[in-house]
Amino acid sequence: MKRVMHLMLPTVGLGLALLVWWGASLKVPDLPSPVRTWEESRIYIMEPFVKRGETDQGIALLAYYSLIRVAQGFLLGIVIGTPVGFLFGVSPLITRMFDPLMQVMRPISPLAWLPLGLVLFQKSEPAALFAIAVCSMWPTIINTMMGVRAIPQDYWNVAKVLRLSRTTTFLKVIVPATLPYMFTGYRLSLGIAWLVIVASEMLTGTPGVGGFLWQEYNSLIYAHILLAIITIGIIGFVLDRLMGLAEARLRAV
Amino acid sequence: MAFIEVSGISKSFTAATGTVRPVLRDVSLSVERGEFASIVGAMGSGKSTLLSILAGLTSADRGSVMVGGTTVRGVRSDAAFVFQNYSLLPWFTALENVRLAVEAAFPDLARQAQLAQARHALEQVGLGNALNRRPGQLSGGMRQRVAIARAFATNPEVLFLDEPFGALDALTRETVQQDLVRLCSSAERPVTTVMITNSVEEAILLSDWIVPMLPGPPATLGAPIAVQLARPRSVAQLAHEEDATHVRGHVIATLTAALGGRARRMPAKPDEDPVAPVALATEESR
Repeated sequence: MKRVMHLMLPTVGLGLALLVWWGASLKVPDLPSPVRTWEESRIYIMEPFVKRGETDQGIALLAYYSLIRVAQGFLLGIVIGTPVGFLFGVSPLITRMFDPLMQVMRPISPLAWLPLGLVLFQKSEPAALFAIAVCSMWPTIINTMMGVRAIPQDYWNVAKVLRLSRTTTFLKVIVPATLPYMFTGYRLSLGIAWLVIVASEMLTGTPGVGGFLWQEYNSLIYAHILLAIITIGIIGFVLDRLMGLAEARLRAV
Repeated sequence: MAFIEVSGISKSFTAATGTVRPVLRDVSLSVERGEFASIVGAMGSGKSTLLSILAGLTSADRGSVMVGGTTVRGVRSDAAFVFQNYSLLPWFTALENVRLAVEAAFPDLARQAQLAQARHALEQVGLGNALNRRPGQLSGGMRQRVAIARAFATNPEVLFLDEPFGALDALTRETVQQDLVRLCSSAERPVTTVMITNSVEEAILLSDWIVPMLPGPPATLGAPIAVQLARPRSVAQLAHEEDATHVRGHVIATLTAALGGRARRMPAKPDEDPVAPVALATEESR
């Protein structure tokens, strides 16, 4: 019974959402109904890997482009963010030096970073990576920093008493103790990277789910906007879950 | 000169609010090579601070600490430490935890030799079949055995024990205590040990000398009380032995006298020294 409810309740919720969508589509003439959205999007879903044109491609291919871009930007973000987080964690001096700057830079929207990236790199691809990296690294920095600060005094004492070298202390005490926090940071960073990708593709018009969304809006094919939105949501959810699994495995240790 | 020679150390901590809290005042202590000394006192009386200073984890404001004829500045390479809890790294197996200590102490040793030495140390405390378990998979007693194995794996000359049995239940406690006694007596070179504890019973079981810590603040040390009981000792035997009863009474009297002295002193005469009558009592009974 409990199992049935476990499956039933989300299904009911989904059904209600579809109902609201359908109701809204009756009122707003431009909004396609769920059924029409499915019919107009079917070719993208049923032939997910077919490439018909620069932006007219199967949804899986579009998602693949976006994911590659996100992966690059995200990796860049955590490659920079992780060591910076460790540095902030171990050195109160450096934290005090850069904390105000970080607090100011953190709330800046990806839409604001992107033009700066275009100025810096002259091309849309590196500008998009720049925006993703800059926006997504904050949770990694902050969580890594907090993780280092949360290391119990006992572990520092072990390092001191065993007279571990700096390198050994870092690799065998600080990093393992911080790992769960780091992964929380990575999960949040990936979430942000996925948010940024859509915005940056829309602005630069590069092929991908976000680029597709913007192009279909300009071509007045509204059903495809909904297809893109749903795809973005599902991929974001799956990414979060995958990172959550990795995180849970680390915490279990 | 004794192997461990502490003379006139004082230590205060300054709180974030700027108030200075004296913890230790004019503490002196000597422990001969190979002896086991226990510092017994109530929780929060400054025992841990004193042990940290002896071990070189903290520095004193005044006074000096000499071990083996050299002044202590930082943790010595021939010293080992056993903490009350959480001193094992939970992401490593028991074997890796011990090997880490061996590696730090003997960096030139080949990895295989380090592993062998770590394995041997764990076998000594009866954990030969739990080498690859992580601390989370071990009971409290087993964890503390790993910590003791780690301490002895580097063949130390000085051993600092910070309430090593404090987190264990009574039955486990004695078996781990006996492990410690065995390792101390079978070590290749004499091990000089300083333990802090709030258990008089434990101190009698393990020590050659018991040093009562008289609560402050600032705390001071009372005169050492000799525990001249034959070894091996056991908790059951000590419960009946007359000499043990005598030592127990003496230690408890010293500690309670100090407490009483403080209670009397605080409202009435703040300048009266609570240590004096206690020290006198110790001299008499010798």
